Amino acid sequence: MTPAIIRYTATAIALHWVTALLLIVTFPLGVYMHGLALSPFKLQLVSYHKWIGVTVLLLTVARLAWRVKHVPPPLPETVPLWQQRAAQGLHLLLFVLLLVIPVSGWLMSSAKGVPVVYLGLVQLPDLVGKDKALGDTLQEVHEALNFGLLALAGMHVAAALKHHFLDKDTTLLRMLPFGSRR
Amino acid sequence: MSSSDFRASNGRGRVDKRSASATRVKADALRLSTLRGFICAGSVLCFPLLPAGSHAAEFGEVQTGKSAITFAYKQMNVPMEGKFNRFSARLAFDPEKIRAAHARIEVELASIDTGFSESDDEVGGKLWFNTKAFPVAQFVSSGVKALGGNRYEALGKLSIKGRSLDVSAPFTFRQEGAVAVFEGTFHLKRLDYGIGEGIWSDLATVANEVQIRFHIVAAAATPGK
Repeated sequence: MTPAIIRYTATAIALHWVTALLLIVTFPLGVYMHGLALSPFKLQLVSYHKWIGVTVLLLTVARLAWRVKHVPPPLPETVPLWQQRAAQGLHLLLFVLLLVIPVSGWLMSSAKGVPVVYLGLVQLPDLVGKDKALGDTLQEVHEALNFGLLALAGMHVAAALKHHFLDKDTTLLRMLPFGSRR
Repeated sequence: MSSSDFRASNGRGRVDKRSASATRVKADALRLSTLRGFICAGSVLCFPLLPAGSHAAEFGEVQTGKSAITFAYKQMNVPMEGKFNRFSARLAFDPEKIRAAHARIEVELASIDTGFSESDDEVGGKLWFNTKAFPVAQFVSSGVKALGGNRYEALGKLSIKGRSLDVSAPFTFRQEGAVAVFEGTFHLKRLDYGIGEGIWSDLATVANEVQIRFHIVAAAATPGK
């Protein structure tokens, strides 16, 4: 008989997948809205993009708080040590980007003189004063960081799928609320 | 876009007696400080001494470089601000004779600065100000009311994009050396003037209410002028 799968807690699983879903929505949204001519529709999309970004920031803080109180379920023993280390490093980088990217967008909003009003209700304080040149620089930084996140998230997904479908181990199942050993 | 002003035409600039006398007392005090200010307050601000016994200074030489007309509005509930870089103002204001006060302010709408060149271009277009057909917003006063202390209210017509509507703008008057500063705020509803039509008439995106703030600095008119 095979041992039971040790999964992440329901909270951790929910936070992970909601974050993933929001990123899948807001990344292309950011690219798309950037290319639009000024219109009410564009202003709405920009606001939604900001709200989603702030939500990702809040969820990431919650996930780090979860990490402080919990030890993630171990990877299967069949995963080589170098891969375990690589996975840890990748997770660390992903967490850093999930904090830094929303903050870079927030900074950019402040510099461009369009404060973030979360959900149209809560105005976040401006992190820097209005400065067009700084705003343009931050926009480039925000974009570059996002493409960095895209690359790292791609590796993260590829590794998960490789473990699930090729190695047929429980790596991915730990983060799924369902499913059993193949 | 609007501002201080007053021409007491046809008894419209009715003044409550108490505040009028208070204003007079204040004007006397102002006259003294004006005289002091006129004794060469600095390299630039040199004015001739007023002959003794002349009435309090009438302020009419608007210093547009020191004046500002700005606006504030909400976009997706985000507070936004902008300004107009070019405007002209003619006014006459003597706190002792506010029934004779008047103002005419003209704002060159194409000089708008929203902070975004794309927005500046957009609001010049037909759906917004249509600056090709209507290059200027104009405020012409019809009277001024004393509200007590250094507070007044300018009444008049604000014309934008071919529409003229009555507005009233409370403002304060204060003297700083040889110049007077008129400062006030009023609100308008952009759709009343057809500012932002068509797709932009959606008020959930760009709010209807726009706050206009003015800060007009004027020196005393040359005596006898």
